[in-house]
Amino acid sequence: MELLEQISFNLQNGLDDVVAALTKDAIEKRIPPGEILSDGLIAGMSIVGEKFKNHDIFLPDVLLAARAMNGAMEMLKPLLIKEGIPIRGKVVIGSVKDDLHDIGKNLVAILIKGAGFEVIDLGNDVPAEKFISAAKEENAHVIGMSALLTTTMPVMKKVVDLAKDEGLYGKIRIIVGGAPVSKEYALEIGADAYSYDGANAVETVESFFPVNN
Amino acid sequence: MNGFLERLRNGSILVADGAMGTMLFERGLKSGECPEAINLTRPSVLEEIARLYLDAGADIIQTNTFGGSPLKLASYSLEEKALLINRNAVLAVKRAVSGRAYVSGSCGPCGKILKPYGDTDPEDILESFEIQMQAFFESGCDIICIETMMDLSEMLLALRAAKERAPGIPVMATMTFDATPKGFFTIMGDTIEKAAHSLEEAGADVIGSNCGNGIEDMIRIAEEFRKRTTLPLIIQSNAGLPIIENGRLTYPESPEFMASMAKKLVDSGVSIIGGCCGTGPAHIRAIKNAISPAGPQ
Repeated sequence: MELLEQISFNLQNGLDDVVAALTKDAIEKRIPPGEILSDGLIAGMSIVGEKFKNHDIFLPDVLLAARAMNGAMEMLKPLLIKEGIPIRGKVVIGSVKDDLHDIGKNLVAILIKGAGFEVIDLGNDVPAEKFISAAKEENAHVIGMSALLTTTMPVMKKVVDLAKDEGLYGKIRIIVGGAPVSKEYALEIGADAYSYDGANAVETVESFFPVNN
Repeated sequence: MNGFLERLRNGSILVADGAMGTMLFERGLKSGECPEAINLTRPSVLEEIARLYLDAGADIIQTNTFGGSPLKLASYSLEEKALLINRNAVLAVKRAVSGRAYVSGSCGPCGKILKPYGDTDPEDILESFEIQMQAFFESGCDIICIETMMDLSEMLLALRAAKERAPGIPVMATMTFDATPKGFFTIMGDTIEKAAHSLEEAGADVIGSNCGNGIEDMIRIAEEFRKRTTLPLIIQSNAGLPIIENGRLTYPESPEFMASMAKKLVDSGVSIIGGCCGTGPAHIRAIKNAISPAGPQ
């Protein structure tokens, strides 16, 4: 099996030490870091995402694959920056203010990161103002918000309103998700999209960034 | 109050209470606050809620301790107060029901993911649950209900803690399943078949499901459990999945609808029917009337 295929294969099986060793090997063999990322890591993670979406695998498998991905990314990141390879896009993500649930949000962050995007995770209990200031500081392309409580959902609307006030609306895409959130609610508050689960969140983010390779 | 398991064995159908969160919000809990903090500051509120469910006909009243394990309380820096938080909740319900209903100690997930998938050691999770179970035992719970578990490994740790620290107290163990085109799974991938076998083997006295689904899917879940175990079953259903109506979030299933479905749950072999998110005293009263038309015994 070709080296990058091996990386993809072992990443799908969540073997972080093997993925790390193979990535090191690939770097030493001077395979371009962009290729290691797209044909090895992202290729493997997209299969993981697809299987997760189809309920062929579950959260534990995704968590292990993501850990392998993150370990390899630590090695690749300096090389990607040095070569001036642009990141696929930057996503600021968080659970909204007063909402302390974060398992769903963490999963979405893992999957989006796994698809090769840079993710700035603001954690949980994030005030509306912080989503906006972080998005500005980071020059983010997407804001992703999660709420698990009906009582905290209005924070999502506040973020959209603030984005309008700050002239970001239409430039930054806003995705909302979480158990009580719906497509109708996203439409009502003026968010760009609603994602019903982690795999769908990745598809949504990807739809904002047409493939250019 | 005792004889709980005997009553179930003799074919009694019992009704448990409905949601706690909504009741607390209506009584001043602010979003972002620790729902269990009220156990320290205003336990009289817990008595009031318990009485509302008792009056609605509930045979089992749950304590406000869903997030009462020290690991979970730590996110509000309240872990040092765990014993008192759990004890106060049990005593409040006991005062309110004074022997007219079973007091059930509620234990929910610790909020951490176990190694190797997450960063938390099983020993730490076990120890956290042991402290909560100890409090249930010392304050005199009639039943313990470990609920909304989505990871079978975590559930088994809680169950072990209950059996070790609260010997002799019946334990109900309920997990939350997602309906997928390929069947029902927890978010961690546990099936009903696997859950039923493992929970029975680990010594659970009553098993089943709560949260995550409306009552129609719960009937399918109950049927699947019934095929896999001879233990008594408990189902605590949401009032459907939340929808938006006129810009407001509501749970769609009415008390009447849930009551009509409750009979089907009984037909599927369920012994205890209660409510989860979106259900209130009206739902519990309707369910009670539907399954015991003669009124309270």
